[in-house]
Amino acid sequence: MSLVTDTAARPAEDFRVTRSRRNVAWTGAGALIVVVVLAYFPYIVYSGTTAILVQAFIVLTLASMWNLLAGYAGLVSVGQQAFVGLGAYFVLILAIHGTSPFAALPVAAIGCGVAALPLWWLVSRLRSGYFAIATWVLAATVMLIIEKFSSIGGGTGMPLPGLAGFSPALLTAYTYWAGLAVTVLALAAIYLLLRGRLGLVLTAIRDDEVAARSSGARVGLARMLVFVVAGAGCGAAGAVLAISQLQVQPSAVFSVQWTAEMAFATIIGGLGTIEGPILGTAVYMVLQQTLASYNAWYLIILGVVAIAVALFARRGLWGLVDEHLNIRLFPVGYWLRTGGERRGGRRP
Amino acid sequence: MAWVNAIIQGVLTGGLYALFACGLSLMFGVMKVVNLAHGDLAVVAGYLAIGVIAVTHIPVLWSFVIVVPLMAALGYALQRTILQRALDRGALTTLLVTFGLSVVIENALLQFFTANTRGIGTGLALVSGSFSLGSQIQIGYLLVVIFAVAVVVLLGLQYFLSKSRYGRLIRAVADDKEAAQLAGADYRHVFGIAAAVALGTVALGGIAYGMYSQLDPTAGTDTILLFAFAAVVIGGLGSLWGTLLGGVVLGVAQQIGAQINISDEVLAGYIVFLVVLVLRPQGLISRRAGS
Repeated sequence: MSLVTDTAARPAEDFRVTRSRRNVAWTGAGALIVVVVLAYFPYIVYSGTTAILVQAFIVLTLASMWNLLAGYAGLVSVGQQAFVGLGAYFVLILAIHGTSPFAALPVAAIGCGVAALPLWWLVSRLRSGYFAIATWVLAATVMLIIEKFSSIGGGTGMPLPGLAGFSPALLTAYTYWAGLAVTVLALAAIYLLLRGRLGLVLTAIRDDEVAARSSGARVGLARMLVFVVAGAGCGAAGAVLAISQLQVQPSAVFSVQWTAEMAFATIIGGLGTIEGPILGTAVYMVLQQTLASYNAWYLIILGVVAIAVALFARRGLWGLVDEHLNIRLFPVGYWLRTGGERRGGRRP
Repeated sequence: MAWVNAIIQGVLTGGLYALFACGLSLMFGVMKVVNLAHGDLAVVAGYLAIGVIAVTHIPVLWSFVIVVPLMAALGYALQRTILQRALDRGALTTLLVTFGLSVVIENALLQFFTANTRGIGTGLALVSGSFSLGSQIQIGYLLVVIFAVAVVVLLGLQYFLSKSRYGRLIRAVADDKEAAQLAGADYRHVFGIAAAVALGTVALGGIAYGMYSQLDPTAGTDTILLFAFAAVVIGGLGSLWGTLLGGVVLGVAQQIGAQINISDEVLAGYIVFLVVLVLRPQGLISRRAGS
């Protein structure tokens, strides 16, 4: 399945094309150390802390997926809660039939990726704003259909079976590791996808869709692939959510609040960069933890900040960092350099 | 007989949905803004009406005299500040900003007015009264009035857009805003007027919904925005009368769904929406045939 029908290889001359001006190996090593330290957390911190981190993992996974959709493919979906909910329900259904919820997690992710195909077929005929509301209607429809099955809890939901065998400490640790694994895999998948052909095609579409089409980029296929990957990623996050909440409730897992959170975290951090959602999730978690006792205020403040960022600082917090320090932790674009000097570069 | 009743009720609720939808349709047609905060603004109008009635003690039915101009002014201000700025930065930013507004408004309403439901003018003879046709069909006065208001609003919009000076300006700007600007029309001001008109209809929709049903902070997205959108798509993008037809089809689908199983009301509407989306993505009345 090739995304580009024709690419001409360019002969190497006196210029060099690199991914980054600095050595990426350092970023890789840094990321590895962070992941190892995070993986060690259940041994050294209280379960309250890991519970907050699980929440952060869920938001980060969702935000990264939404960033892939909106920031790279130009698809503003307001219906990603459909996949959060489906992921949670896949785990619930498998657990009812005796599978361990942890073993059900990867199945849920794949299931959501597969479910994304027919949903894409339905909404792909609409563009831009109408695409956004159509995904919203679709998410509402999926919830209403799920609520019709009383064997999986109907409109009220039900507790997640299959976790009674775990001791509380072990369950907390396993949940944490599942969340960490999902997040690391999601980020790695997005990074690799964007470095490859898909990233190139998406950048071409973002710059000029007509030109991209006429040079042989298969725009529809690229967008569909992004929608499927984002569906699988949001489904995995939904599965982690079900395990960490120990119950599945339709109005909670299908809430549009999930999309609000992922969108706000992404916009504040910086749309169209892999680093943005990470930074945005950090801001989100800090606000949410500080304002936890003031009900809906954290969402109001996040929303106002996101609107301000979208209007006045389009590239978000990471854009500011990038502007002043010129660093890129996850380079997915190319730099063109001649004789060791940078002549021009394409911003990823 | 129950089926005839369902269809009559569906047609009449269709008027309410068309009232929700025409503002959404107008803003997209003129400014290419898909206003995701559309429904939440309608709920704001409903709460505003409750407040106005409580403070000034004017008759419930006349609350729109105050609320509609207020919402129109809000529409103009919103367009000239936030929305215009977002439009200057592109369609993506506009979507993100209206989605942000939607979430902020909904949660602010939740914060200040709690999740309790509120109605407008409950106890009014018009709201609770009905007349009967035969033995099984009961038609509420309110729904008939709302349907009539919807038709009047659509006729008014049609007349306004085709005959009045501002209507001509709006159509010119919607066609080609640079060319209109060259010919001396300040397109930003014209966009503001269009937004004011759109939010005026939104206010009517919000008040009507508050009388017909109960308002709560989540009604803006769960009901008003999604139903309005479904009506617009079913009817055909950009066609005013298509919007009425879309609303009626959605309303009838919901009432028939409710007739089959009371909990399937909303789902039946969405399924009809999806079927239309698959079979006839340009809507039942396509743009050329409609207007």
